Amino acid sequence: MRPSVQDMIAQSKGKKNKQMIEKIIPIILFLIASVSVLTSIGIVMTLIVETVTFFTRVPFLDFIFGTTWLPFSNKEAQFGILPLIVGTLKVTLIAVIVAVPIGISAAIYLSEYASENIRRVVKPILEVLAGVPTIVYGFFALTFVTPVLQAMFPEIKIFNAISPGIVVGIMIIPMIASLSEDAMSSVPKSIREGALAMGSTKFEVAWKITVPAALSGIIASVVLAVSRAIGETMIVSLAAGSTPRFDGDFTGSIQTMTAYIVQVSKGDAGYGTTIYYSIYAVGFTLFVFTMAMNILAGYVSKRFREEY
Amino acid sequence: MRYIEQQTVVKRMDGRLIINAVFKYLFMAATLLALLALVILLYRIVTQGAGHLSIDFLMNFASRFPEQAGIKAALVGSLWLMMVVAPTSIILGVGSAIYLEEYARQNRITTFIRMNISNLAGVPSVVFGLLGLTIFVRALSLGNSVLAAGFTMSLLILPVIVVASQEAIRSVPGELRDASYGMGATKWQTIVKIILPAAIPGVLTGSILALSRAIGETAPLIVIGIPVIIQFLPAGVMDTFTALPMQIYDWSSRPQQEFQTVAAAGIIVLMAVLLFMNSIAVIIRNKFDKRY
Repeated sequence: MRPSVQDMIAQSKGKKNKQMIEKIIPIILFLIASVSVLTSIGIVMTLIVETVTFFTRVPFLDFIFGTTWLPFSNKEAQFGILPLIVGTLKVTLIAVIVAVPIGISAAIYLSEYASENIRRVVKPILEVLAGVPTIVYGFFALTFVTPVLQAMFPEIKIFNAISPGIVVGIMIIPMIASLSEDAMSSVPKSIREGALAMGSTKFEVAWKITVPAALSGIIASVVLAVSRAIGETMIVSLAAGSTPRFDGDFTGSIQTMTAYIVQVSKGDAGYGTTIYYSIYAVGFTLFVFTMAMNILAGYVSKRFREEY
Repeated sequence: MRYIEQQTVVKRMDGRLIINAVFKYLFMAATLLALLALVILLYRIVTQGAGHLSIDFLMNFASRFPEQAGIKAALVGSLWLMMVVAPTSIILGVGSAIYLEEYARQNRITTFIRMNISNLAGVPSVVFGLLGLTIFVRALSLGNSVLAAGFTMSLLILPVIVVASQEAIRSVPGELRDASYGMGATKWQTIVKIILPAAIPGVLTGSILALSRAIGETAPLIVIGIPVIIQFLPAGVMDTFTALPMQIYDWSSRPQQEFQTVAAAGIIVLMAVLLFMNSIAVIIRNKFDKRY
């Protein structure tokens, strides 16, 4: 005869190890969940500790206001980060110029004009575009975009800020498009229909109703994309060159913060040298920039959200 | 109150309709432009690299001579990397998600963990490389081994897996849970036997997409000092290795034109691996996509 449910429950209540499991599991899972917190602490601590060592050798003010970045100089190495920041901003600026109009237009098209069938085709393709490894984009920038640009404007050098800027722009288009589209899709249909019923054209609805209503989401998507562009490494390492420069020239070789870290890591700088510590100082600066952008994005999307 | 002037409306109507049509095609053109970029990229890489693809290319080690250069060490190395990253990141990611969705109380610690995960997702991959270099390579003296790289990559993709798993667990309907409790199951029994099986398609899809990101990441590997030219295969997780994107990076940055072809062939292999992984994700999503 099979035991009754009542018996089974009574039996299982008696089992000690089962109760133990129920008590231990949450603790184990909590420890697992705290790995991500430990990771963040690890990142911040690593960057701070090594950067502090760096500042014992290079004065802090020389680092943040210096306009010459000459770490490999035999005579007197100089560590002024501004040229690397300028390099990063050049690439980011071009990426934004490319990606913002295209990304937002694509988002408007997908949310306001495209039929369900078109959306079903286009959105997965955009996802593919977002999933292409950055090393592939870097190769594309170096072997396709740069030669094409050079054919059009002969003054552009092999390594420049424009080609990687354009390709970083292509890379962040899917991010802007899909996040902005999400924001626009969450604008209630009734508002759109109200405007259409008043005789607005679809463009007027998109431009005067949907975009303003979704503006916080759109801006947040752009800010997040800028953060991605600032942190992008492989495209600039391959196509932007390695000449830190403090000027406004886009056609020649530059260097970004990320590309410097790669250059030093590749060159096997001896552990304990100032150059070794400098990658942490640069990494810390990069971290501060991207974090500021991410926090700004979170703030914009919370603070200025239109609730319906 | 002014009434609408019929004539002004009629006069302006044509212009408004033209603007509407013009912008419709502009927006469409922008979308097509983004898709076109993908087409050009794929077309360029296939036409450049297809000629170099062969069994030899898959079976040879890297070489100074472009015509002999192969991708064996990198391909096997990437597989080794995945053997560390997949279990580590999935256990950590799904465990965190179960904790956050099923056990965590609504308090400050939980909010902090959640916020922390979303911030972690925004940290550039090169910074994760610096973390790996300091903690795994130096402090734990794992060297530039598969294990050190695997742990670094696991932490990098952890936020993606956590968020995907959280969504999957959240989408399991509450009735299933209640039914399980009603039958006398304990919390852990309910999680293991009811919630996880129901959430597994979402969890797996998210995990595979995260893993395919790990396979294509280059920057952290460079920072933790993974070598490129390797003439042997790793025998264990403590051995050093090279990976597909590292090998492609090395070939792309060489000045000789011939190596560009080799790099393109390497990219085709990498993209094939990614395509394979993504198709598995799609199959899982379609096959197990039960609606409750």
